Amino acid sequence: MTKIVLPQLSEGIQKATVSYWYFKTGEKVNAKDDLVELTTDKATFNLPSPCSGVLTEISASEGATVNVGDTLGLIQES
Amino acid sequence: MPLKVIDLGLVDFEAAWAKQKELFREVQEGDLRAGLIVCQHYPVITVNRRIGRKNILASQEELKNKGIAVYEVERGGDVTYHGPGQLIAYPVFNLNYFKKDIHWFLRYLEDLIIRSLSDAGIKGERSNGLTGVWVGRLKIASIGIAIRNWITFHGLSINVKNSDLTNFSLIRPCGMDIMITSIESETGLPVSIGEFKQRFVSLLKGASK
Repeated sequence: MTKIVLPQLSEGIQKATVSYWYFKTGEKVNAKDDLVELTTDKATFNLPSPCSGVLTEISASEGATVNVGDTLGLIQES
Repeated sequence: MPLKVIDLGLVDFEAAWAKQKELFREVQEGDLRAGLIVCQHYPVITVNRRIGRKNILASQEELKNKGIAVYEVERGGDVTYHGPGQLIAYPVFNLNYFKKDIHWFLRYLEDLIIRSLSDAGIKGERSNGLTGVWVGRLKIASIGIAIRNWITFHGLSINVKNSDLTNFSLIRPCGMDIMITSIESETGLPVSIGEFKQRFVSLLKGASK
């Protein structure tokens, strides 16, 4: 399993809000696909998928506030 | 660092949106590290596509009668209004060549706005926790950006002329009950948007080196 982790976005800012998942659990994803959109302050940004496989778990759903280093979901690599 | 500047003049939001995407691809392909689109828009309302239209106060019919289109876009922030008399700037920057720090970039844009206002004789300020630039309790400039693979798009608007401020009453700007001002409203003097634009572009060119 590969974890989808919120990376460092800014010095001193540790939080972001999950605004949109581009995939549902059980769906296939390719490496570098836009996986999830997050918002911090007045900026949106996307996290690309770290690998190809199946999105098996979404642990931070839309609207959730997450911290740098948190796991947002899991991918079963193919 | 060379900055490609595209001046679209007075243009529909949709045409400028397409041009932003074109410039984004150019930066993404590595041909360019930073580009800037400057323009004014015909009256238009844009909303964050994840938040939707809940902070538009006017009815669809009222907007239709006024000829104001609504677009759901990728940027952060909530709802905003654009119209002639505002300077719009869309900086498409590859932050890999600047600083990979989202909040640094937002503060960088605020700083540019504050410096351009200072040149026009206005003391613009940040308001704690509220991105954008303010004169006292009135908002004079708004920021809303999107970042994909550390490349920025969308951007900022500065209210220069006082001609169109009444259309802000069609929305709750940024989803808040705030009052809007402009450079002309603050100085009481006519301001050339062309000259203000030139100053802003010069400042941004200097700051992007």
